[in-house]
Amino acid sequence: MLSNLGITFSSISLLVSLFLIHLSFIELKVSGDQISKKIYKFSLVQLIFSLLSFLILLIGYVFSDFSIINVYENSHTSKPLFYKISGTWGNHEGSLLLWINILVIFSFLFLTLNKNKNKNFKIFTLIFQNLLISVFFVFLLTNSNPFSPVFPVPNQGLGLNPILQDPALAIHPPLLYVGFVGSSIYFSAALAALISKVEAKSLAITLKPWISISWFFQTIGILVGSIWAYYELGWGGYWFWDPVENSSLMPWFLMTALLHSVLVLERRIGLYSWVIVLSILTFTMSVVGTFLVRSGILNSVHTFANDPSRGLFILIFLVLMVFSSIFIFFKYAPSERKNYRIFSKEFFILINNWFMAFFLAVVLIGTLYPVFLDTLIGEKISIGPPYYNFVLAPFLIPLLFLMTSGPKQKWVSSEIKKFFDIILFLSVFLFLIIFFLIKTNNFLINLILLFSIYLIIQTMFDFYENLKKRDINLSRIISHFGFGLLIFFISINHLFSIESNFNVRVGEKKNIKNYVIKFENLETLSGTNYDSVVGYFEILNKKKLIKENLKPEIRVYNQPQTITYEASINSNLFSDTYLTMSNISDSDIFNIKFQKKPFMNFIWLSVLLISCGGILNLFNRKKET
Amino acid sequence: MKKTQLIITFTFLIFIFVTLYFSLDNRKIYNTENIVGKEIEEVELTLFHSNKKFNTKEVSNYNFTLFNFWASWCAPCRKEHKNLIKLSKNKNLKIIGVNFKDNKIQAKEFLQEMGDPFFILTTDPQGKQSVNFGVYGIPETILVNRDLKILKKYIGPLDFKDVNEIKKIINQ
Repeated sequence: MLSNLGITFSSISLLVSLFLIHLSFIELKVSGDQISKKIYKFSLVQLIFSLLSFLILLIGYVFSDFSIINVYENSHTSKPLFYKISGTWGNHEGSLLLWINILVIFSFLFLTLNKNKNKNFKIFTLIFQNLLISVFFVFLLTNSNPFSPVFPVPNQGLGLNPILQDPALAIHPPLLYVGFVGSSIYFSAALAALISKVEAKSLAITLKPWISISWFFQTIGILVGSIWAYYELGWGGYWFWDPVENSSLMPWFLMTALLHSVLVLERRIGLYSWVIVLSILTFTMSVVGTFLVRSGILNSVHTFANDPSRGLFILIFLVLMVFSSIFIFFKYAPSERKNYRIFSKEFFILINNWFMAFFLAVVLIGTLYPVFLDTLIGEKISIGPPYYNFVLAPFLIPLLFLMTSGPKQKWVSSEIKKFFDIILFLSVFLFLIIFFLIKTNNFLINLILLFSIYLIIQTMFDFYENLKKRDINLSRIISHFGFGLLIFFISINHLFSIESNFNVRVGEKKNIKNYVIKFENLETLSGTNYDSVVGYFEILNKKKLIKENLKPEIRVYNQPQTITYEASINSNLFSDTYLTMSNISDSDIFNIKFQKKPFMNFIWLSVLLISCGGILNLFNRKKET
Repeated sequence: MKKTQLIITFTFLIFIFVTLYFSLDNRKIYNTENIVGKEIEEVELTLFHSNKKFNTKEVSNYNFTLFNFWASWCAPCRKEHKNLIKLSKNKNLKIIGVNFKDNKIQAKEFLQEMGDPFFILTTDPQGKQSVNFGVYGIPETILVNRDLKILKKYIGPLDFKDVNEIKKIINQ
C-alpha cells in the first residue's frame, strides 16, 4: 500500500518536472517580463508531491512497515522513534530521496523568492534545475527505489547499524545535503546567466544568499560529522582525512572561494566568468563526492552497500553534466578585461581563491590517487593524515597572514598599509608568553601559532575600529576570528594531546605522565536493544589532585548483532579525558586507550563561529568602501 | 588558443572518467563467481544442534552436495525454501545448510514453520566461515560434486529454473 503510494507520488513528481521543462521552453517564446502563473502552480505541485513521497517513506519507517524492502533492511520495531525517523535518510535509497527533495525545495524557493529578476534568467535556471531533478528521479525509480516492496512481508526488520544510532549522525546527512545539494541552484543559475546574459552585479546579488546558505549548512554538516566521529567512532580524533570526509571538504573549499569571489562581483564587474566556473565546479564536486561514496570504489566508514550499477549511473550523469557545462561555458562566456591592481582587495580575494584551489587539489589528489593507482597498475596504497598535514600545514601561515591584511585593503587601491603596527607587536608578545609556557621546538607549529594569534588580534582590532565608524562587517570579522581560533586550538590540541594504549585487569593501576588510571570494577548491564559490559575507572591527576570517574562500555547490539565500543568522555571546558575499552578474547585482560585532549570544546566553538559568520553574510548588504 | 584549451581539457577529463569507469569494475575481492570450477576450500563448520564439527572434505562421501546459506531474518530465503524442500527429496543430493548470522531460536522456529530440508545443518553466527565460500550476503547456494569440485553457484534465491538445472546435473 505505502509502497505503491510512494512510487506513484515520485512518478507524478517526475512527470511534473518534465512538464515544467516543456512549459519553460514555451514560456521562453512568450514576450513580457512576468513568468506565467502556470509555472508557479506546477512548481508548487512538484514540491507537494515530492514532499509527500518523502513523507510516505517516513511513515513507513515510523510505523515499521516491513512490506517496503528499504524499511525492512534498515529498521526494526525495537528501535527508538528518533532513530526510526533518521533511518529514513540513513541508507542509499532514502538519502537519494532526500537529495531530490532538496533539489525541488531549492528550485521552488529560487523561483518564488526572485520575483523581480530577469525572466529568461529564471526560466533557464528552472530548466537546468528540473533537468537535474528529472535525472535523479529516473535514477531513484529505476535503480535505487526506496519504495520497492518485499513479499512475503517479513515480521521483523534487520535493524540500523548501531554505530549510526547517534543524535549527531541523525542530523548530519540532512545538514550536509542542504549544503552540497543546495549548490545545485547556483550551478543552474550560473549556466542560465551565461545563456541569458545576465549582468554581473545582478548575478552576484542573486547568487550571494544561496551561496551563504549552502556554505553555512555545509560547514555545520561537516562540524556535526566531526563531532560524531569524535564521540562515537572511539578513535579519539575528530578529523581523519577519510576519503568520504574529503568529499565533503572539497565542495566546501570551492564554496568558500565562491563566497569571497562573489563579493568582488557584487562591487566591481570583475571575475564574472570565474564566479560562473566556481558555481559549476562546486556542484560538480558535490556529485563527484556522491559518486565516490555511493559507487563503493572507496573503502571507508561511510561506504554504502556496493553496487557498481549505481556508480555507473552517477558517472554517466557526471560526464553529461561536465561536458554540457563546458560546452555552454565556451559557447556563451563573455571575454573579460583582466587588470587587477596589485594589493587591491580583489587581488587578495583572488589569492584566497588560489589557496582554496590549492587545498582542493591536494585533497582531491590524496583522495583519487589510490583509486587511480589501483585501477591503472593494480598497486594498493593508502594515503593518510601525514600526507595532508605535511603538504597543507605550511600553507596555513601565508593564508593566516593574508586573512589579516587582505580585508583591510580598499576595493580599488594599491596603497599598502603599515603591516608591522602595534597589532603585530602585541601578537609577538602574546606568542612569546605562550611559547614560554609550552616550549615546543617545532618551528612550523610555532609559526602557525604566531600567525593565528596575529589574525585573532587583528580581527579584534578591526571590530573595534568598525565599531567606532559604525560600519561593522560582522560576517567577515566573526568568520575570520573563528578561523584564527580554530587553527590556534587545533595546534595546541595537537601539541598537548596525550595518548596511551595499555592492558589491565580489574583492580590494577597504571601510571601515564601525570595521571594514574585505576580499573576499579566491571559490571554487565542490559539496555533497550543491547547488552553491555561497563568498566569503572578512576583517573587521578597527580599534579592537581583532581579525580575523574569514567565508564567506557562494550555494547553488544542484538539487531543486527554488532559490537560497539562506547568511549567514555569527560568533557571539561579546557580539556577532555577520553577512555575506550576493548576486551581481549579468552582472558580477563582489557585493552585500554587513554587520551587527554585539550580544548576540544573550543575547536567545536571555533567552527560554529566560522559558520555563523557565513550566515550573517545574508544580512550584510551594506556597501564597503 | 581556445581550441587548444578545449582539447587539453577534454583529453584530461576523458582520461579521468575512463579511469573512474574501470575502477567501478575493479573490485575483484568481492567478485565470487570465479570460484566455479575450483575445489571447495577445507572449512570446519559447527553443527547447529551440537558442538560437533563438520569438515567440508566430508562431502566426498556423497554424490552431490548443495550448500545453502540462509537465515530466518532473510526474506528471499523464505521464498526459496519450498524449492529446497523439493530438492531434498532427491536421493542423489544432500543439502547442507549454513545458518548465517542468525538467532538460534528464530532459526528453529523458521524450520518448524517451513519444514527442514537439510541433511546436515551447520551454523555460522558471525558469518566468518561463509567468507571462505565467497559468501557475503544471503541466500547463496553452491553445488559441489564428489570430487569436491564447485559446479554451480547461485546468488539470490533459487527459483524454478535453478531447481530444474540442479536436477538435470545430478541425474545425469
